[in-house]
Amino acid sequence: MTDRPTRLLLLSSVFVIATCGLVYELVAGTLASYLLGDSVMQFSTVIGVYLSAMGVGSWLSGFVVRGEARLFVRVQFLVGVVGGCSAALLFLLFAHAASFRVLLYGLILLVGILVGLEIPLLLRILKDRLEFKDLVARVFTFDYIGALLASLLFPLVLVPHLGLVRSSFLFGILNVAVGLLTLRVLGDGGRWSASMRGVGILLLALLGAGFAASGKIMAWSEQSTFSDPVIFARSSPYQRIVLTRAAGDLRLHLNGNLQFSSRDEYRYHEALVHPGLARFPRARDVLVLGGGDGLAVREILRHDNIRHVVLVDLDPEMTRLFRSQELLVKLNAGSLDSPKVTVVNADAFSWLAAATNQFDFAVVDFPDPSNFSLGKLYTTAFYERLGRVLAPGAACVIQSTSPMVARRAFWCVDQTLRASGFVTEPYHVYVPSFGEWGYVLASREPIPDHLRLPPGLRFLDADTCASMFRFPPDMDRVPTEPNRLNNQSLVRYFEEEWSKVTTTP
Amino acid sequence: MNTRRRTFLKAGIAAAAGLGGSAFGVRAGGSFTGGMVGVDSALGHRFRDGGFPEPTSSEATEILVVGGGISGLAAARELDRLGLRDWKLLELEPEAGGNAASGRNAVSEFPWGAHYVPLPGHDTPEVTGLFEELGIIVRRDARGLPVYREEFLCHDPQERLFVDGRWQEGLVPQFGIGAAERSAIAAFLARMEELRGARGNDGKPAFAVPVDRSSRDPALLALDRETFAAWLTREGFTSTALRWYADYCCRDDFGAGMDRVSAWAGLHYFASRRGEAANAPGHSVVTWPSGNGWLAGRLREGAGGRCSGRAAVFRVVPADGGVEAWVWHADRGASVRHRAKAVVLAVPQFVAARMIGPEEAAGPRAGGVYAPWMVANLTLRSMPLGRGAPPAWDNVMRDSRSLGYVVATHQSLHPVPRATVLTYYQPLDEIPPAEARRAAAERGWESWCAQILADLRPAHPGIADLVERIDVRVWGHGMACPVPGWIWDGRRERLARPHGRVHFAHSDLGGMSLFEEALVQGTRAARDVAAQLAGKAGA
Ligand SMILES: Cc1cc2nc3c(=O)[nH]c(=O)nc-3n(C[C@H](O)[C@H](O)[C@H](O)COP(=O)(O)OP(=O)(O)OC[C@H]3O[C@@H](n4cnc5c(N)ncnc54)[C@H](O)[C@@H]3O)c2cc1C
Repeated sequence: MTDRPTRLLLLSSVFVIATCGLVYELVAGTLASYLLGDSVMQFSTVIGVYLSAMGVGSWLSGFVVRGEARLFVRVQFLVGVVGGCSAALLFLLFAHAASFRVLLYGLILLVGILVGLEIPLLLRILKDRLEFKDLVARVFTFDYIGALLASLLFPLVLVPHLGLVRSSFLFGILNVAVGLLTLRVLGDGGRWSASMRGVGILLLALLGAGFAASGKIMAWSEQSTFSDPVIFARSSPYQRIVLTRAAGDLRLHLNGNLQFSSRDEYRYHEALVHPGLARFPRARDVLVLGGGDGLAVREILRHDNIRHVVLVDLDPEMTRLFRSQELLVKLNAGSLDSPKVTVVNADAFSWLAAATNQFDFAVVDFPDPSNFSLGKLYTTAFYERLGRVLAPGAACVIQSTSPMVARRAFWCVDQTLRASGFVTEPYHVYVPSFGEWGYVLASREPIPDHLRLPPGLRFLDADTCASMFRFPPDMDRVPTEPNRLNNQSLVRYFEEEWSKVTTTP
Repeated sequence: MNTRRRTFLKAGIAAAAGLGGSAFGVRAGGSFTGGMVGVDSALGHRFRDGGFPEPTSSEATEILVVGGGISGLAAARELDRLGLRDWKLLELEPEAGGNAASGRNAVSEFPWGAHYVPLPGHDTPEVTGLFEELGIIVRRDARGLPVYREEFLCHDPQERLFVDGRWQEGLVPQFGIGAAERSAIAAFLARMEELRGARGNDGKPAFAVPVDRSSRDPALLALDRETFAAWLTREGFTSTALRWYADYCCRDDFGAGMDRVSAWAGLHYFASRRGEAANAPGHSVVTWPSGNGWLAGRLREGAGGRCSGRAAVFRVVPADGGVEAWVWHADRGASVRHRAKAVVLAVPQFVAARMIGPEEAAGPRAGGVYAPWMVANLTLRSMPLGRGAPPAWDNVMRDSRSLGYVVATHQSLHPVPRATVLTYYQPLDEIPPAEARRAAAERGWESWCAQILADLRPAHPGIADLVERIDVRVWGHGMACPVPGWIWDGRRERLARPHGRVHFAHSDLGGMSLFEEALVQGTRAARDVAAQLAGKAGA
């Protein structure tokens, strides 16, 4: 068995092993910096741990006295499975593992040790087939070239085209394939070889399935979409709720869309509530549609004249979370548990149809009209129903997406309210995490100008408030079709305009 | 309705589970339930074969309406409006509705047949009147244009077409066709637009709804003697994409393709609608989760307790200056002689023929062509995914013999899409109607399900995993088919004339199976009855 093809085969497996080894290291490093942030730190600790683990592996190889070939096959299979699945495992377990670092470094250690075993074992397998100087020269040549290849492939091909999860499955498959090849070349054809071949094929199938299902795995693990660590993730029947936190910044994402950042949500919510409500010193009853986070309610309760707030949010999971999670309750000042507040979990359209109460002010804080189902909540049909629960002289305010990014969408909301018989006062504000954001204040009759802001605001004062109602030329009114159930013009504007920018809110 | 519950195990998935697929997290045991739904066929066969016993008792009302489709319900409504409240409506099925029947389950209501009405224009005050009464039209704006209740207008997006592996918006083909095809389609549509405004030499619109309000200009009526396909060829409309579209429209409205329906009927489809609304384009439609079942329901409410279901009328004979209907009441297990001063037969003409006598059963009344249909309602855990344009109300697949499906939850106002019901339509027009009826009667539920899922798979690869139940209904005589001659050879007018005290009202007398025809025919028959009874009283 000292023929040329066998040697070549074994040497080329050095090449593959080296590529795989480096890819796992890069995957772990990249993942760690994705998930834990601070990439220089993460990368260097990952590389350090990985290299020392390889050292441990090489050292351990000294304890192997015989059966190098069999052990080599086993190691290949193990590296293939552990390394191949590592990225998927890390992604999936991130939001759930009690200590993610233990898991991360545990995996890195394991893969490192196994990879460290490979080259010494291979050297020993090949030692009778080559002269020592040739052996060392060739093995290390292939090793280094493999590493070079990996370092080029990784940023240029693997990350952009396959993604981390799929790449690591792919290299797992290569490792197992090397194991099978070795089995074929060095195997004795006995029972052990046969059963190991079976195992190898099963592993190939498993990794192949992982490769094929990578998209689903990624969709499952939020982490792929978030740059900050996920501290809470749950699916309600209506949406995927994810909270992330980094350096004191708490963010809520619904179905992957940012709802607020605790750093600047006060700007958004003060601007949502006060420019309208502060002009109704005698308002008592307020309706909030959407806004299950209780942040708009927090602002409403700053007005002493308010006696009763009804909050209608579709998702019980949302209102439960914002009543029970400590950080969130701190953020909304426990507004949802205020004796003045009634929380109703229902869909706004049918709730309005059945509602008999009248309100002095209404705050409509729905998700952006990014699909046809949500677009129905911004139609003339909806505003007509809303109009029926407003007391004479009352007003409502609608969050209306960004007049900067989606200028036509914003003015379409305004136009729709006008088509439903409202007079409107559109305005906008700058929220750093969102960008320029818009609202439309609407009422049946013009509302008095007198503004009485409550104390304790961090952002709004009379001057700021006045400036918000002025639109510079690049955000100014454009003609649009009112949004109706039977034309969904808003969703069409919104899609067209938001698709031009890469980052969605 | 009788539903046979069965379980259909998807062989592929079951096998995978058997091989330990579940160990790998593959969803095991993908199964769904459902069955054949529909007319009590035993009752139908007994009607055809004359197997009902002679009446043993008798009842009397002033007027009898036989058949509870839209035409029968419309006749009953009009009688009430004319102050004739002493009537009874007899319907074969447990509930009135006919081709506008609907069903419901935990997920949604859904149609079994008719599912929409185009916005009416000036030609059909009967329809606008009803729409005002039912709150579909809420008011008129300053220009006098009707304002429709927005929830009832078909929500956007209305239509999409699956072609070359992806969904496009709208039904007029756009993808994968060249400039020549595109301009052929544009030319055709421009021609139809022109015909929509055209008038005949008698000053009436060339094509109107109802059919009888169209012009009698001989040059136009001549179009009823050739097929629509022949007309298209003659006019140089040879583009494949255009002909697909024209054929689809014919099959959708008449249950038969452009090579079977008359050119007049085909053109009528494109050129008869002049709807108008203040808050929607004129070509919009109104629809509900239950389709026209909503309209049938509202009309039933108006009828109160005067409708009898499971009542098979099997003979209608003149008696003592009035009429007598022999009725098998399945619930009582007995036949009853219903006497009345007049009767409205709101049933298809071939059914009416069997009721009124052997000479009619062999005559022209029995000679219409009726297209058989298969309709299935698929209850799904969620909307199936597909490439391209998002789900619309009407979803058509170009390379399919079906007409695609309508989404029952499309009109839902709930902001998060959830489980849904799809109503899948297929005219059984590949073989002649009689053969198709026979083949369909023998076909089992499993076979229909397999065919439906195979048809939907290219557009929705994952659909089989989402199915919770499939119910299938076959309409043996779904709709009167306007083959050349049927509309304008004079037969319809003759068949519509009353036989003494027996009046006829069914959409097939209008020449086309449409809600508007049913409403107008029923209303007209009721007015004729009123006039006849008033004349008698005066004499
Ligand atoms: C699959 C399908 C889809 C359709 N879609 C549309 C659509 O979207 N829009 C549209 O406008 N039209 C549509 N139509 C046409 C539809 O037929 C008409 O709109 C309308 O509902 C017809 O009403 P009708 O009263 O004329 O007839 P039918 O609905 O046929 O009414 C006849 C009634 O008579 C009853 N009957 C029969 N025999 C007896 C008996 N012996 N004793 C007592 N009662 C009896 C029947 O059970 C039935 O209820 C569709 C039809 C089909 C089949």
